[in-house]
Amino acid sequence: MSTTTPLEPDSFAITANLAQPRLPKWALLLVAVLALGVAGLVTLLLGWSPYAGLVLAIALAAVGLPLWSLLLEGRRSAADRFATSLVWAAFGVVLVPLVWLIWLVVKNGIGVINGEFLTYDMRNVVGAGGGIYHALWGTILITLAAAIISIPIGLFTAIYLVEYGRGSRLARVTTFLVDVMTGIPSIVAGLFALSLFVLIFGPAIRIGFGGAVALSLLMIPTVVRSSEEMLRLVPSDLREASYALGIPKWRTVVKVVLPTALGGIITGVVLAISRVIGETAPLLVVAGATDSVNFNLFEGRMMTLPVYIFSQYSSPGVVPLGQEGDPPGYARAWGAALVLIAIVMVLNLVARIIGAYFAPKTERRR
Amino acid sequence: MSVTAPSPPRADKPVVRPGDRIFAGTARLAALTIMLALAGVFVFLAIEGLPGLSAPENIYAPATDFWSYVGPLVFGTILAAVVALVIAVPFSIGVALFISHYAPARVATPIAYVIDLLAAVPSVVYGLWGGLALAPALRPAIDWLYDHLSFIPFFAGPPSVTGRTMLTAGIVLAIMVVPITTAISREVFAQTPRLHEEAAMALGATRWEMIRLAVFPYARSGVISAVMLGLGRALGETMAVAMVLSATPVVTLNLISDTNPATIASNIASNYKEASPDKQAVLIATGLVLFAVTFAVNFAARWVIGRGERNLTR
Repeated sequence: MSTTTPLEPDSFAITANLAQPRLPKWALLLVAVLALGVAGLVTLLLGWSPYAGLVLAIALAAVGLPLWSLLLEGRRSAADRFATSLVWAAFGVVLVPLVWLIWLVVKNGIGVINGEFLTYDMRNVVGAGGGIYHALWGTILITLAAAIISIPIGLFTAIYLVEYGRGSRLARVTTFLVDVMTGIPSIVAGLFALSLFVLIFGPAIRIGFGGAVALSLLMIPTVVRSSEEMLRLVPSDLREASYALGIPKWRTVVKVVLPTALGGIITGVVLAISRVIGETAPLLVVAGATDSVNFNLFEGRMMTLPVYIFSQYSSPGVVPLGQEGDPPGYARAWGAALVLIAIVMVLNLVARIIGAYFAPKTERRR
Repeated sequence: MSVTAPSPPRADKPVVRPGDRIFAGTARLAALTIMLALAGVFVFLAIEGLPGLSAPENIYAPATDFWSYVGPLVFGTILAAVVALVIAVPFSIGVALFISHYAPARVATPIAYVIDLLAAVPSVVYGLWGGLALAPALRPAIDWLYDHLSFIPFFAGPPSVTGRTMLTAGIVLAIMVVPITTAISREVFAQTPRLHEEAAMALGATRWEMIRLAVFPYARSGVISAVMLGLGRALGETMAVAMVLSATPVVTLNLISDTNPATIASNIASNYKEASPDKQAVLIATGLVLFAVTFAVNFAARWVIGRGERNLTR
């Protein structure tokens, strides 16, 4: 900047700021090591738990770096560094429960799972022993029934919204209702299925099919949403090419549009299944709980994995006389939780793989 | 998306094949089914729940009529949801900013996936974790809050000996809300026009000033609606609360004692097994109240989203 140009005092301030010292690159490392050291010393001297020490170290680092920056670089940089450390800390804190939970479930569950746990039900089991066979089958059957109900309805609704109902009143209302359905609390879905079947069969009714109806109420909006999005991604060139060959609209949809969007639709459906497979409240209310295997969706109570976890947790049995430790139900609950999480994670993974494999070759935002 | 839209069918279409008519009819039927199902939710809940408004008095014990029975439950529901939101919202915004603006581009997508995993964990597993692991772990923290902050009504004590308090339930709910609010906020943050951000940077703003000047004003309505959707989730969540709280019908702001109000959903779940038909009707009626509350919250959220979108397209 040449000195001949008349400059206002403010511009001088800016050029002066540019020349101001910055923190060196290794500042973060230094502060982290110092914070760890101080926190470690305090922890040792005062006899705190290591977790409290770690929290102190992070807090020290999050405050220390901005302080140093305030002294050396000025207020604005200090605010920036403080915000950065807050954002990183928020991310770190959110990871804690996830890691803690997964670690606990694996640690407590892995020892429980064996051949007996997977192939025995809870009939006449007092104390330790027993397994999740009945709950596993209940979950599979009810989820399957829910999928059979909701996939056709969801898919056809999406087809209606994209291919037929564009701009019509019914389409607008349906889009709105799907939004409303997304927000239905799961227990209300359960109560709805219960009221429906109570009205038909009398007040004491508890059947697996009711659970399937409740789950499909929760599943339909997810299926509609994802299928609709995928169908909209199909380029209209494809449709027009098909029309130009004289192919009727419905065959165009079946033979051209659906196969193009198939990967995305399957991904959406699998994700929807993984979402409802862990639902507890509606099944607790309408499918009930039982200790024996029941393969009949239309008669009698049916156990499912989430309800199994809940009932093992809420009535865990008693610790045998002269023994220490947790009641036997807790171990079974952890084991079932591990199985349930494994199922959900596998479904999620499968959905991602299908999605990546069939991903449309268009540019999309992250 | 208007680029990929199919051209509207011409009015003077010469041939309509039976296959077309059947297929279009099926599709329309599916859309109507959704309408019917939602109407069914209202109608059947109302049919089964209305007797619950005027059941014999002893059903409502210790209260005497429906509204004094449901009152503490509504209070507990809102209290738990508010505690959850107060904890969850700052973290969600932080994590969303981390993914959209702070994390190195290569790790941002896997991190977003990890946060989505939080949403995939079933609620009953959160309840199990909350009841068996988090509650005992929070006991020292609860004692500390009581010792140092008991002048605030929220921490009036006496401190719980089991750790199963409203605060614990709120934290578990917060963990379940974080992925929802994070996912939406992240999308909105990422959609901030690049030019706004670059303009702020070019004027010499630090990254934090850029976020305050360019990202937050743009994303405000999106973040508000994300929070409201999270609120809807927190209001309706059942198992985590039912498994953490041991409930009594009280109205108290105290977050750390052993007497806590239940939420509507957890009250239904924990009283369902031994319910007589009368009690069942009462519980269904409380479910109807819950439905009305969540419906209102979600509706407001959609309205905010819609208004935001209109503002953006202007």
